[in-house]
Amino acid sequence: MKVTLKIWRQKNASDKGGFKTYQLDHASPDMSFLEMLDVLNTELIKKGEEPVHFDHDCREGICGMCSLYINGRPHGPLQTTTCQLHMRSFKDGETITIEPWRAKSFPVIKDLIVDRSAFDRIQQAGGYVSVNTGGVPDANEIPIPKKIADEAFDAATCIGCGACVAACKNASAMLFVSAKVSQFALLPQGKPERKERVEKMVAQMDAEGFGSCTNTKACEAECPKGISVTNIARLNREYYAAVASSYEWQVGGGE
Amino acid sequence: MKLDSKIPEGPLAEKWTKHKFNLKLVNPANKRKYDVIVVGTGLAGASAAASLAELGYDVKAFCFQDSPRRAHSIAAQGGINAAKNYQNDGDSVYRLFYDTIKGGDYRAREGNVHRLAEVSVNIIDQCVAQGVPFAREYGGLLANRSFGGAQVSRTFYARGQTGQQLLLGAYSAMNRQIANGKVKMYNRTEMLDVVIVDGKARGIITRDLVTGKIEAHSGHAVLLCTGGYGNVFYLSTNAKGSNVTAAWRAHKKGALFGNPCYTQIHPTCIPVSGDHQSKLTLMSESLRNDGRVWVPKTAHPGLKAKDAANIPESERDYFLERRYPSFGNLVPRDVASRNAKMVCDEGRGVGATGLAVFLDFSDAIKRDGKKTIEAKYGNLFDMYQQITGDNPYEAPMMIFPAVHYTMGGLWVDYNLMTTVPGLYALGEANFSDHGANRLGASALMQGLADGYFVIPYTIGDYLAGMPYEKVSTDKPEFKEAIEQATNRLNTLVNINGNKTVDEFHRELGLAMWEYCGMSRNEAGLKTAKQKIQSIREEFWKNVKILGGANELNMELEKANRVADFMELGELMVDDALSRAESCGGHFREESATEDGEAKRNDEQFAYVSAWEYKGDNQPEVLHKEELVFENVKLTQRSYK
Repeated sequence: MKVTLKIWRQKNASDKGGFKTYQLDHASPDMSFLEMLDVLNTELIKKGEEPVHFDHDCREGICGMCSLYINGRPHGPLQTTTCQLHMRSFKDGETITIEPWRAKSFPVIKDLIVDRSAFDRIQQAGGYVSVNTGGVPDANEIPIPKKIADEAFDAATCIGCGACVAACKNASAMLFVSAKVSQFALLPQGKPERKERVEKMVAQMDAEGFGSCTNTKACEAECPKGISVTNIARLNREYYAAVASSYEWQVGGGE
Repeated sequence: MKLDSKIPEGPLAEKWTKHKFNLKLVNPANKRKYDVIVVGTGLAGASAAASLAELGYDVKAFCFQDSPRRAHSIAAQGGINAAKNYQNDGDSVYRLFYDTIKGGDYRAREGNVHRLAEVSVNIIDQCVAQGVPFAREYGGLLANRSFGGAQVSRTFYARGQTGQQLLLGAYSAMNRQIANGKVKMYNRTEMLDVVIVDGKARGIITRDLVTGKIEAHSGHAVLLCTGGYGNVFYLSTNAKGSNVTAAWRAHKKGALFGNPCYTQIHPTCIPVSGDHQSKLTLMSESLRNDGRVWVPKTAHPGLKAKDAANIPESERDYFLERRYPSFGNLVPRDVASRNAKMVCDEGRGVGATGLAVFLDFSDAIKRDGKKTIEAKYGNLFDMYQQITGDNPYEAPMMIFPAVHYTMGGLWVDYNLMTTVPGLYALGEANFSDHGANRLGASALMQGLADGYFVIPYTIGDYLAGMPYEKVSTDKPEFKEAIEQATNRLNTLVNINGNKTVDEFHRELGLAMWEYCGMSRNEAGLKTAKQKIQSIREEFWKNVKILGGANELNMELEKANRVADFMELGELMVDDALSRAESCGGHFREESATEDGEAKRNDEQFAYVSAWEYKGDNQPEVLHKEELVFENVKLTQRSYK
């Protein structure tokens, strides 16, 4: 199949960048989208043009490294990661527009590669249970109702790709943050630090410059792992409860 | 060179306990005076970085991905073994030890494997405490399943995403230490060399993949947790970025390389669809519980899955059921893989390339109903359909073996130290615990065992004897290493030839797959050696890399890794040549029984191969660590 590719090219973070159009005459419907870009890059290198840079690693839909905003949608037309998208999802002769994630908190590094380290910093702010290695109870001393464990698991499957931010008109990271907050709010292991966790993670999210949530649910619609906006509702509840009754507030005598 | 495995004396079950007591300790107040460098942030690296920082050491951690959470441990599907015996079905530390030694075809150390089985139970406790959402029963306790043909249910799992959940657990523990200031994390940073000062590993050279800046980092010890080298075959189930560079550079600086030819080939992967193929996707081997593997009795070139129904039952060869009546489709990974290759070599393979066999669920669907099959394998069937466009409920799947894991790696002693003092290797990067064949659900166990429960003890013994003084990166050893790394990258970008890095990598992969893959013979291996040498020679004259070394340049990154894969490939071939026996995943055609099954040779080959680098274009020297079996009796595997 033949496709026309309109791809965002940007030499580095300070370059202004712009679209460039390429013709690809030998795509196959069985290729993954990234393999199609590999083929384009081979052609470019042979012609002496710099290849298109994009992030990718596992190519099996789990590491969260691939991104790409394809024809106006993060990860393209299917609700999956770009690496799992195949060319059979496109028509012969189609023009495909490829851009990086667009968000202030995800600055472009080069071409289609963005800096998502803001996500790491949010996790560092509180996305953990404070236990050291060793000295923990036997695993079966913490029984967890199956329904709760399953709900926590569903939240924990977030791959941190950033599609939720890219899909959101406000570039909000609420779905990402809510997935981790939910996992630990649901599980007994997360209870002792429940309040500080949500406060710290939300504060970091705001400090990184992500936008607010206005409930458009675009994030859920585009999340390759189907993380539900129920988690955002839970995040909001957790946050207000924490702010209204934080331990510091209690220890301070409610002042 | 005398290889000392440092396996403690005494009865098997007491070795680790005694050893822990005998190890020297570092005073809690002095731990902060030591800097530890951790390269790689998968299960082994993240768990080690977190645990060492918790103890009080200052840690610097490095990953080439944009975040430590991307490391390829994340892709492990099936589960993690632990000898908890929660199911009351007869499991024990000794049984897990025994199964792992036997599964590795008696090419691993008893002492190491027993320790692995011992700490397996602590891993599950640790992960649960971190909030890892393992599968649970309705009563709220942990669920287990039997995995990879094990006769007990000892595998803990989190749907088909166990690796992801365990890695995110270790990542979260490390994040806590990053926030505490005890771990300094370097993302998008690749290690280019290890620096040795006065005979000890004292630092590394790295490249910032965004700016291209080459830097030196000094420390009191260096931990390589950099994963396996399956990508030497170009096509594998590894992530695209997985590479051998850190381990290989360490090898060239004096660390011996153990059992390089031991590769695991997984039988149930989605076949190659064309020349554009960039990686292979694993389908869980649980599919073989209900799927029947077959090809037509006579060649039908290009047979499509949708036309499989036209082949009458009498014209089908269910070759695993035919050859192995008692195990049938559930024979171990290496046996299933080899047989698939054999029928394809006979010209009876199916699909457009002829490099595939059918995995047929029609009988299971007839027997149990579509609903039952959907409940068991729904997500796998969906994944298959997404990648291939074929519907496995209506037509058989097509599968073919693919490189999945490398049991070989840097040689380490019982303390996980390589032959370079102060240089450690953890997880898949070392050779230690899986022998010639890794059992399912054991990779996650070993990565976390090394990081959470072994290195925190053993590193203290080494550091306790080290002065606190930091080594300056102004020392000539660092300057020289920086210069060498810089020169190499500049050489690569200035070759300006005609072929892309991927073209060379594919050629290398093809030679490795053809001659050093599922089955090997002397003539083929000798051919491979010549081929690899000529590919390598051409590479350094004719590779084409655009852009410079002082910017984000993914072609340069790839080239730098592929150059190391070429050298490693040759060593793998040498190792395969020297091991003239069949064992585990290593099938040597000259060493077979009359009916074509693998024949191990314990008299001559019950040793670990450990290769010593002797300089560019010099033959490497083989050292042998004899394996001593005091507790288990060596038996031949039979699945007839």
